[in-house]
Amino acid sequence: MELNELLEITRIEHDQTKPVQVRCCTAAGCLSSGSQAVKDNLDAAVKAAGLEDKIHVSGVGCMRLCCQGPLVQVDQESNKESKLFEQVKPEDSVKVIDAIEGKETNLKQQDLHQPFFTRQLPIVLENSGKIDPERIQSYIAENGYQGLYQVLREMKPSEVVETITKSGLRGRGGAGYPTGLKWATVAKSKGDKKYVICNADEGDPGAFMDRSVLESDPHRLLEGMAIAAYAIGASQGYIYVRAEYPIAIKRLETAIRQAQRLGLLGSQIFDSPFDFKIEIRIGAGAYVCGEETALMASIEGKRGVPHPRPPYPAESGLWGYPTLINNVETFANIAPIIRKGADWFAGIGTEKSKGTKVFALAGKIRNTGLIEVPMGTTLEEIVQEMGGGVPDGGIAKAVQTGGPSGGCIPASAFATPVDYESLTALGSMMGSGGMIVMDQTTNMVDVARFFMEFCMDESCGKCIPCRVGTVQLHDLLTKISDGKAAQADLELLEELCDMVKHTSLCGLGQSAPNPVFSTLKYFRDEYLALIR
Amino acid sequence: MKRNTVTPPANHPSGDKRLKMLDATIKRHQYQQDALIEILHRASELFGYLELDLLLYIAHQLKLPPSRVYGVATFYHLFSLAPKGKHNCVVCTGTACYVKGSQEILTSLENATAIKAGDTTPDGEISLLTARCLGACGIAPAVVFDGAVAGNQTSESVCKKIGEWQHGTK
Repeated sequence: MELNELLEITRIEHDQTKPVQVRCCTAAGCLSSGSQAVKDNLDAAVKAAGLEDKIHVSGVGCMRLCCQGPLVQVDQESNKESKLFEQVKPEDSVKVIDAIEGKETNLKQQDLHQPFFTRQLPIVLENSGKIDPERIQSYIAENGYQGLYQVLREMKPSEVVETITKSGLRGRGGAGYPTGLKWATVAKSKGDKKYVICNADEGDPGAFMDRSVLESDPHRLLEGMAIAAYAIGASQGYIYVRAEYPIAIKRLETAIRQAQRLGLLGSQIFDSPFDFKIEIRIGAGAYVCGEETALMASIEGKRGVPHPRPPYPAESGLWGYPTLINNVETFANIAPIIRKGADWFAGIGTEKSKGTKVFALAGKIRNTGLIEVPMGTTLEEIVQEMGGGVPDGGIAKAVQTGGPSGGCIPASAFATPVDYESLTALGSMMGSGGMIVMDQTTNMVDVARFFMEFCMDESCGKCIPCRVGTVQLHDLLTKISDGKAAQADLELLEELCDMVKHTSLCGLGQSAPNPVFSTLKYFRDEYLALIR
Repeated sequence: MKRNTVTPPANHPSGDKRLKMLDATIKRHQYQQDALIEILHRASELFGYLELDLLLYIAHQLKLPPSRVYGVATFYHLFSLAPKGKHNCVVCTGTACYVKGSQEILTSLENATAIKAGDTTPDGEISLLTARCLGACGIAPAVVFDGAVAGNQTSESVCKKIGEWQHGTK
């Protein structure tokens, strides 16, 4: 494979573009509302109307407004305005064609000028909903794999690390560790073998942005991993993905196969001495496997229990070799940074948090789905403007971010710009990017108990503070919630939270008390109301 | 596991075709011990659950101590050591579904089937399970019926579906 071949694929792809593009969302959310049947019927209707030369129907990735699925977007050369139809039923396919031909239909159309769409700044999701995730040509036509070419033919590994460092990209898995620094550490580590791992074990309840990237644009991840592998000197990569995401796994497998066939993965990529292979490892349902040391134990075929750090994976990771582990969204940012430059990326976001962040907006909110916004966008803008507020006249009470490791942010703090530091200062965290809106009907003690039950269930059992502590915390929260607790129990709860936080082995235990801390901080009166 | 009560089958005299298919997977992984989880995935796909005999067989093939295989099989939620029902109903209990009332859905399902979450009805028809998060938060609350995800569920809609299973209309 050479650059001109890549450009040839792009040219052919653009030449074949028909005047009308009909895109049907085939990501998990819409699929479960029956979008496959919608797509099949659209195909059949185009055929029946003899419009195959004019209209092209394709299955694409997530179009973000998941609550209104199945979504169908129509782009016409003759009309600059895209149309987005929502809640399309399989029998509506003829109406879609009528709409293309300018006839009146009663199809529900979404306003693409509403803040939910206009305030987004897609980098990670730039191709999502646009390209067919099952066709590599579709990705290549959007400048795909050009970043990899550029890196292999024009840059030294150290220059790649330098570019990522300069961009200011931080890990999107939650902790926000500077990506360039991590890469530099692994690049410096000595070892005759090195590994690159993509953490696609998106376990936080309420987060589905990684799933969306895997289902909508899998090649972006492969390209990002290959660039990382070149930068640190690895020739083998693993994607550790949840078994709960069957569509994502299938599309990843397809993507790897296609990339191998075109010589974009495998040996001597772009006729350079660089070899890189990627294998998929499927998780088996354990939240703790999102923790990097536990994840590696699981790839090695063992129980997914964490081990103390140091040594860090950067020195001694998978099978004892230096290993780079990054999250899906982190890798998804790499190719655009290489293509457009570190300065472009560093120009977006806040002083310490660069770029954009994808959030999964869900819960008691009108527009649920995915949003990608520059760092520094306030919660108010996200919840009220983009999310459209709480439906049925409800009032937003809090936003839960960061899953079980995060916390609840009260409505009074919604003016906060969202970045790593500000969320931590509020007692929550970025986490992988789940954002669950809660309204007045939500009982915060129940919420804390819900998360504690999760942590209790998911504790791997290796260290005592987490194994025993979470059970005791759950019991105490149940006691409070049942109205059987006294003031002393509340004090005990706080003391125990502190202990679990400071003595647990890994991130799961260390962050398990966070939902309790944050609800106690902002909604203490709800606890007190339940105390005898 | 009791020792010496079950001898690990060196080959499979049962002639079960599924074991042959499992062997093919083991071979494809070149008897690598670190492929244990992949092999357990395949085994539960083929057999529906992981019987003790099956675990011993895998341990033997990969030359792993049975304790290690048992330890891994019991650690992960997706592996079940007991048979599942003919129909599976998985209620998502992720945060978004929780906020939108998945607890009520689960309670009404427990009442309708007279079993607790995680159990199978005595006639082996229906298994009621929970999932931590399906990643389908945009259409919460979500329930999976025999592998098909259904969004925006209510107590009524899930009970209707269970009723269809119970009365064999589908």
